[in-house]
Amino acid sequence: MIDSTQPQVVRAAVSPVAARTTRRRRRAGRATPYLFLAPALVLFVGLIVYPMVRAFQMSFYDWKVLAGATSTFIGFDNYTRAMGDPVFWRGLANSGVYMALSVPPQIVLGLLIAMLLKAKSPSQPVYRVLFYLPVVTSWVVVSLLFKYLFADKGVINWALADVLHLGDGSTSWLSGRWTALIAICALGVWKGIGWSMMIFLAALQGVPESLEEAAVMDGANRWQRFRVVTLPAIRPALGFVVVMLVIGGFNVFTSVLLMTGGGPGGQTEVLLTYMYRQAFTNLDFGYGSAIAVILTVIVFLLSLAQMRLFRGGDEEER
Amino acid sequence: MSALHRTRPASGVLRHVLLILGALIMLTPFVYMVSTSFKSQAYVLTIPPQLVPDPATFDNYVQVLTTQNFAAYFMNSVVVSLTSTVVSVLISSMMAYAFARFRFPGRELLFRLVLVGLMVPAMMLIIPQFILAKQLGLIDSLQGLIVFYVAASISLNTFLLRGFFASIPGELDDAMQVDGANAWTRYWRLVMPLSTPALATTTIFTFLATWDEFAWALTIINDPSKRTLPLAIQLFQGQNATQWGLVFAASVVAVLPVIVVFLIFQKYFVQGLTSGAVKG
Repeated sequence: MIDSTQPQVVRAAVSPVAARTTRRRRRAGRATPYLFLAPALVLFVGLIVYPMVRAFQMSFYDWKVLAGATSTFIGFDNYTRAMGDPVFWRGLANSGVYMALSVPPQIVLGLLIAMLLKAKSPSQPVYRVLFYLPVVTSWVVVSLLFKYLFADKGVINWALADVLHLGDGSTSWLSGRWTALIAICALGVWKGIGWSMMIFLAALQGVPESLEEAAVMDGANRWQRFRVVTLPAIRPALGFVVVMLVIGGFNVFTSVLLMTGGGPGGQTEVLLTYMYRQAFTNLDFGYGSAIAVILTVIVFLLSLAQMRLFRGGDEEER
Repeated sequence: MSALHRTRPASGVLRHVLLILGALIMLTPFVYMVSTSFKSQAYVLTIPPQLVPDPATFDNYVQVLTTQNFAAYFMNSVVVSLTSTVVSVLISSMMAYAFARFRFPGRELLFRLVLVGLMVPAMMLIIPQFILAKQLGLIDSLQGLIVFYVAASISLNTFLLRGFFASIPGELDDAMQVDGANAWTRYWRLVMPLSTPALATTTIFTFLATWDEFAWALTIINDPSKRTLPLAIQLFQGQNATQWGLVFAASVVAVLPVIVVFLIFQKYFVQGLTSGAVKG
């Protein structure tokens, strides 16, 4: 890194006046980086870092929202409460199911489409835009759209019964736990494929062609080429996509809130909708914070484990 | 020509069939959404569904644009997104400049702290942030949306911009410094103009994120006059029997600017995504 902070002043100061200006300039030079940092740092520390610490602190309190009421320190009570709370466990399970059902398809299909689009052709940019369109569309809009598609008399039921002749089309998708989770996962996959495709596409373009050609010379078939040449070459990108998707999977919120509202009877509640309900419907801020902290720890440990897994031998660093 | 590019015709056809099929699946929900936005309530859930609305009506659009306060919500979204984006890109780029060009005590530590912000998802902080916003008197105000949106976008923007700034040769800075330019001039007249692609990327990402944001707006906005588009659309849906035509007319109006921005600047999307992935 080039260091251009220190004014390049010649040391041999002739007069005391010059020496003083030099000193002043050097002091000003020392303050400069902090002046550049200040506005963003103040906002970041005040509105992100401080709340992080606060979330942790609040999780140990029976937190009172009303002005004047005192919050009492209750130690780990919020955490032990979560351990014995069946809705918490169901929320955790549902978040896990969402992750398990939505992450693999996004990876496999995203990679497949990227492979199909790898060769430069006039149609490539068009496809890229089409597949990426759901990614840039707001979660609110697509959640309502999928709620409509999966409605009792909606398109999905019609297509299943009258087009594909699977079942009688009377599935009430959003009123059962498992069918609703399937609908929510379908949305997650549909919305997310474009993103993983884009990352894989960039990674694939960095795979040296000479390697592939050498593999062709050696008589490797498509699958062998993919396994031996492509896959190792895109390993860092694969790791990145897996980590981001797993984090994203545990962060599912808007789609669940808008498609089922966690219902019926809390059956489709995921961790974040449950946390939100505890905090902003039941005004139990302490318990909500405890759930948020648990979730943060889970996400942190998972991403750490995955980074280890995908980093493997290679020294890939910033 | 290398052996790789001589694909057999059969596999070329299969490739296109798969791609077209995939693109159709991605596109159909959008097409159906637009179609429903032209249907009256009686025709929104019919078996078999109407792909082409018959009879087609503009009523939903007329109602959305005239009677539902929609123009106000649209303006709220515009004001919040534009302000957040401009402020965030400006102060993030200043921070990125400090990280890329200066060596100072605490640099590594502070940069790591900023990166932590990339790992902690926004939803985890929503409870303490709500209490903070309440203490600061930011509930039910657009300012309350703006300052938290800016704070939430600092990490990613700083990370992306720092990487780009670091790739600009420092000799240019040195040359300007010899000519007597101070740090601000070097940042504003040298590094910023040279970083247009990275600035475009961060601008687009921030704009989209704030335009689409829902959870925070849901949490702090109760006053109907302060609603942003995602909030307004979600509430259209909440009113008893869902008026799907109305919901999707509003959705189309809300999504259009995003799609236009995306189509115009898609080059920068790809750059931003890949610099985040490959370097991260």
